Amino acid sequence: MHIKAVKPPLPSQDKRWKIIDAKMRKLGYQSHALIETLHAVQESFGFLEEDALRWVAKSLRVPPSKVYGVATFYNFFTLKPQGAHTCVVCLGTACYVKASGHILEAIEKFAQIKPGETTPDNQLSLLTVRCIGACGIAPAVVFDGNVSGRLTSENAIEKLKGYIHAS
Amino acid sequence: MLLEELNAMADKEKAARKQIRIRCCMSAGCMSSQSAEIKQALDKAVADRQLGEQVEVVRVGCMGLCGQGPLVSIDPQGVLYEQVTPENAGSIVDALAGGTAYAQQGDPKNPFFTRQLAVVSRNGGRIDPERIEAYIEAGGYGALHHVLHELTPAQVVDAITKSGLRGRGGAGFPTGLKWATVAKSKGDRKYVICNGDEGDPGAFMDRSVLESDPHAVIEGMAIAGYAVGASHGYLYVRAEYPLAISRLQIAIRQAKQHGLLGEGLFESTFNFNVEIRIGAGAFVCGEETALMASIEGRRGQPRPRPPFPAESGLWGCPTLINNVETFANIVPIISQGAEWYAGLGTEKSKGTKVFALTGKIRNNGLIEVPMGITIREIVEDLGGGAPDGTQIKAVQTGGPSGGCIPAKLFDTPVDYDSLMKVGSIMGSGGMVVMDDSTNMVDVARFYMQFCMEESCGKCIPCRAGTVQMYNLLTKILDRKATLKDLESLEELCDMVKHTSLCGLGQTAPNPVISTLRYFRNEYLALLQPEPGEENASHNGHITESATTR
Repeated sequence: MHIKAVKPPLPSQDKRWKIIDAKMRKLGYQSHALIETLHAVQESFGFLEEDALRWVAKSLRVPPSKVYGVATFYNFFTLKPQGAHTCVVCLGTACYVKASGHILEAIEKFAQIKPGETTPDNQLSLLTVRCIGACGIAPAVVFDGNVSGRLTSENAIEKLKGYIHAS
Repeated sequence: MLLEELNAMADKEKAARKQIRIRCCMSAGCMSSQSAEIKQALDKAVADRQLGEQVEVVRVGCMGLCGQGPLVSIDPQGVLYEQVTPENAGSIVDALAGGTAYAQQGDPKNPFFTRQLAVVSRNGGRIDPERIEAYIEAGGYGALHHVLHELTPAQVVDAITKSGLRGRGGAGFPTGLKWATVAKSKGDRKYVICNGDEGDPGAFMDRSVLESDPHAVIEGMAIAGYAVGASHGYLYVRAEYPLAISRLQIAIRQAKQHGLLGEGLFESTFNFNVEIRIGAGAFVCGEETALMASIEGRRGQPRPRPPFPAESGLWGCPTLINNVETFANIVPIISQGAEWYAGLGTEKSKGTKVFALTGKIRNNGLIEVPMGITIREIVEDLGGGAPDGTQIKAVQTGGPSGGCIPAKLFDTPVDYDSLMKVGSIMGSGGMVVMDDSTNMVDVARFYMQFCMEESCGKCIPCRAGTVQMYNLLTKILDRKATLKDLESLEELCDMVKHTSLCGLGQTAPNPVISTLRYFRNEYLALLQPEPGEENASHNGHITESATTR
């Protein structure tokens, strides 16, 4: 017996779903498209919403438990919405020996949040990363996707303020 | 594509070249210090001074001295400018006509440059990585043509075996043997995977190769595909490297347009396609079976070997999996000959190795050196020693799987076996220099925290062992531990090393073992006497430890 798979409808009218659907189509709605698809979801929405995970699970015919398993296994994926700005402190070895820990402490103190958290006004999310490969200009911090190198605690805060006040 | 067309493209590119070339580094390091704006400023300055006839500004990949970036270099004068800004970029163009350049001038005769041997990085900082024409002009895709028309797959495998190339991912497995095993494996469908999940913190060689010379990796993969009988390749690159990913996408598109990827390459019967898979931030995916699980869309958890990927890999098919730098070595081996390559390096470690030289050192950046060079030569000659009169204490190689080599062993030659002997590993090429301000117990804990957080959780020794070791190291650093705790730590090191499932767990204790071996005093200085011995001892920390217990 051949059961024809029914493709679930897009969750809403939002055009971003079409982009994600196109990604899955390109990879033939195969189960191995899961990680690529989650990348597309995160790129479009900034995080992995529960509805999105359910829809991806249905579209790729992968159990929701597996989708959740993958989404939570990889550090790059986040299930929480991010603030308007992101600040990612690199904690790689080269940055570490050049005191990136102090920079992180200074930013934590300034923003009053810990890594993985977002400020109550949703302005800033603070994250850490295990190495962005910018070791030549260590210590490095990524503000809104832009890498800044050779930082000190003081100018890191200045840069951060600049990004927050730019909008 | 025919060979004539390839040559015509190279000739056309050569003819279009202008007298003076201003090369502007546009790799991730320099890009973060405004090198895109600098290139714009240079372009504008050339146009404003109406020098467009003689001068061209070229986007190039990594020039190596990332710590002094953004870098701008001028041909044929051989002038190098460091820490250029968009503001002083215009003066560089003025200097061509006898004016004064306000940008800081670097020294191309610095041992940092002259002691290097560029094989993998031959095109880095010289060609535009986003134009296939530039790669072809530099001889690109000639090796693929040669292989497809002059050699049988077995001859290609033979050449790689004879070259003595060993895997550049860290373990140093002979590449020729791996290729031969995949070639021999039976299966209608085989895969070639390029491991670009450069997870070691403090390492960025593969990022640089992918950003500076993406076609070299693609061509190397295609040659591998022909040798082992695979027609499909995957490039697994970590998501933290957006520039590398975008350059690879461009390179793949261009190669397809010119018929250098796809069906019937160079009018032969060989087909080869490459797809990119983006990692999602899991260090364990650098392990080959975990990486394949990730390509299959699953959690990146390793599985026991055998069966090895060469027999049963991606979707159960025979799979060749090599590191970025390994693939980047293939084209030079084919075009310059296995004998030439085997003449470089030492008896058991052939060729060159790219290192990311970072940390407390004067010249931060990327270097490519022949195997067998000593650590002292790298640190003192190329690296220029410690900045501001501090004392270099150790060099860490191999990331969380490697170890710290103390300054007294700096005459150790850099090859797979010598590094293993002193308790470290070659690793993928991270080389982090530490000075006397670095606490080695803290370094050990730093790596243990890394392994603890990156453990995939599949096997117990790694999942639970790394947590216990981390806690013990914290206890030592908090001056709450006794000699008994140190003994437990050493016992755990041995257990986790020998009973973990994959490389992550098996090597996780290495930073602890090597710091214990060379810097045991730093551990002992933090230890407290056993509770019963407190009164007998005059250790100054007794009161502290007694109250916190």
